[in-house]
Amino acid sequence: MNPGTSVHEQPENLVEVDDLRVSYGDVTALEGVSLTLEANKIYGLIGRNGSGKTSLLSVLAAFRRADAGTVRVEGRDPYEDADIVSRVCLIRESGDLPAAKIRQIIGLYRELRPNWDQELADRLLRRFDLPAGRNVSKLSRGMKSAFGCLLGLASRAPLTMFDESYLGMDAPARYIFIEELLRDYVEYPRTFIVSTHLIEEFGRLFEEVLIVDKGRLIVHDTVDSLRERGVSISGPAELVDRFAMGLDVLGEQVLGPTKQVTVYSHPTDDLRRQAKAAGLELGTLPLQDLFVHLTTRPERNPS
Amino acid sequence: MFDDRTPIYQQIAARLKQDILDGTLAEGDQVMSTNQYATYYRINPATAAKGVHQLVEEGVLHKRRGLGMYVTEGAREKLLAQRRDRFFTEMVEPMAAEASLIGVPLADVVRHLEELENQKRRMR
Repeated sequence: MNPGTSVHEQPENLVEVDDLRVSYGDVTALEGVSLTLEANKIYGLIGRNGSGKTSLLSVLAAFRRADAGTVRVEGRDPYEDADIVSRVCLIRESGDLPAAKIRQIIGLYRELRPNWDQELADRLLRRFDLPAGRNVSKLSRGMKSAFGCLLGLASRAPLTMFDESYLGMDAPARYIFIEELLRDYVEYPRTFIVSTHLIEEFGRLFEEVLIVDKGRLIVHDTVDSLRERGVSISGPAELVDRFAMGLDVLGEQVLGPTKQVTVYSHPTDDLRRQAKAAGLELGTLPLQDLFVHLTTRPERNPS
Repeated sequence: MFDDRTPIYQQIAARLKQDILDGTLAEGDQVMSTNQYATYYRINPATAAKGVHQLVEEGVLHKRRGLGMYVTEGAREKLLAQRRDRFFTEMVEPMAAEASLIGVPLADVVRHLEELENQKRRMR
């Protein structure tokens, strides 16, 4: 990007993170994370517990400061941005709300959030069956989570982030959340980052997926391309080994004379033909399996 | 609604093709918008758009500016030809291979198919 011409233009990338490090005392939560997110897409942020998802979202929402590297949201450092609350909304997992009545908290958000949509808030109160007069401290975990989802959607911030916000919500409530998110997104396009490990259920909501593991960003890809990249190859052990040589092998299983290896590579038509000719079977891996393989493999040798 | 084995945009494209083949969507009909698809099936609108775009590239759908997506004239014939091309390689040949593997003579297969056909004729 030419810095001379970008001053009056909307930055083309909503989020730009370069070489980010976040640490808590001696513990490094994120290291060397660089990413660019375009505006008006729905991103999935996937990672195991403690992988650094929450740290990344907290930095984007200015809940904490980067220890090294640069972070830009709409071209500005969120931590230096007095107006950040009008543009970024992070809903953390339940338990993050003040001890007040639902109605009072909604009143608070209505004042604080410039794009607040009361009609949407009212509809979600009804759909999630939330008692407006009840104190949040008296809500079940699922209800607290649903209320968090309501606040995040009705705030309509250009960058809206949900950090495991569905915790404790039952399947019907999660479906309502996904449905309402999509419904509002097509009407008011904006950027969402949704962190989850329910990748099967939420996967189809995402346009792109970010996978963090042990404080590093290991995958940034479209869901479709990711889905095509997890491949299992099975057949006689010797043939499978020969075939998998040079491919990025994520895992293997041996059952008697047959072997199945899981590889991370986009299978070309050529590869498919070769496998078929060699009498091997190629299969696609469900996203959840691919995620498990990618985040449980031993550290790779830097050789 | 969708399986997890193939990309969802391909499943959207396959579903639309099926609708055109069996007449649910006639030539000249308008197709749901990608936003309608997205909210109806709870999928990302970009995914729905990708599926629809694939059919535009194949000449099955076309866009009318400001109006939406429509089924192109001749789309059904085109899809039928596509299916016929694949019928022998994708359906008949694997079946013949399976029959030979388990020792079912091809003559038995043919006789079975003819009997089915006769039954259908008597039902009419």
